[in-house]
Amino acid sequence: MSDKTELTTTQGGDVQPASEQQRLEQIVRPAVDIFEDESGITVHADMPGVSKERLNVKVEGDTLTIDGVADIPMPEGMEPLYAEVRATHYQRSFTLSPEMDVDQVDASLKNGVLTLRIPKREEHKPRKIEVKMG
Amino acid sequence: MIGFPGFDSTLFDDLLRVQRQMESLFGGPLTSAIRSMGAAAFPPVNVGTTPEEVDVYLFAPGVDPNALDISLQNNVLTVAGERRVIREEGASYYRKERFDGEFRRVLTLPEDVDPDRVDATYTDGVLHIRIERKESSRPKQIKVN
Repeated sequence: MSDKTELTTTQGGDVQPASEQQRLEQIVRPAVDIFEDESGITVHADMPGVSKERLNVKVEGDTLTIDGVADIPMPEGMEPLYAEVRATHYQRSFTLSPEMDVDQVDASLKNGVLTLRIPKREEHKPRKIEVKMG
Repeated sequence: MIGFPGFDSTLFDDLLRVQRQMESLFGGPLTSAIRSMGAAAFPPVNVGTTPEEVDVYLFAPGVDPNALDISLQNNVLTVAGERRVIREEGASYYRKERFDGEFRRVLTLPEDVDPDRVDATYTDGVLHIRIERKESSRPKQIKVN
């Protein structure tokens, strides 16, 4: 990139601050538990620091995406001493299969744990097959 | 702590990257804090400081805050508790990544923290412990006469 381009970009005011860029790049995959029972699939995801307002759950085509940004209160001028958590933007996607009813997905958030319930369509719920004696 | 809005997030990034690089280069650091627990500890911890206080953040979602045992002896902070993941019987599990069980984290804080002035809040799965520093160790403006 030439000097001129950089200058122009800066003057245009479109440049995000470095920290904002860093935040976009630094995405963590939240830890999840996923299980299936007869009526559907349940996902539990650890997203500490994420409030309801900063959580986004969406289904696009057959892809379910969970996305959230943690908001932690910090005093002004704080300097880091030690850090194990490297990013506060959580994102993870899952591919769904056709028997899942995406219109009925239920999401709840409590103490930083997201619970998703994805029910199966009625016609796909398992039926017990009786074996008749011959 | 990285990426918190309104905060210079690159500081923690840099710190952590250096930590990780050291660990990957040498198969773990040759020298590590005696109480450190490696990368997979639960809950992960960030610590920040200002001249007035030390702020400890434990990322512990899904924990009952009333069942947490937090103690501070001089400058050594201990947080113990448990997270029980309720497993559904008869269901088939595809992933079990979340921590399940008892935990205990012990942290050495700067020596000038005041054990009598601590408060802790638990919001959206993050435990924030704020410890004030002793008055005597705070920076003072010195006037030139």
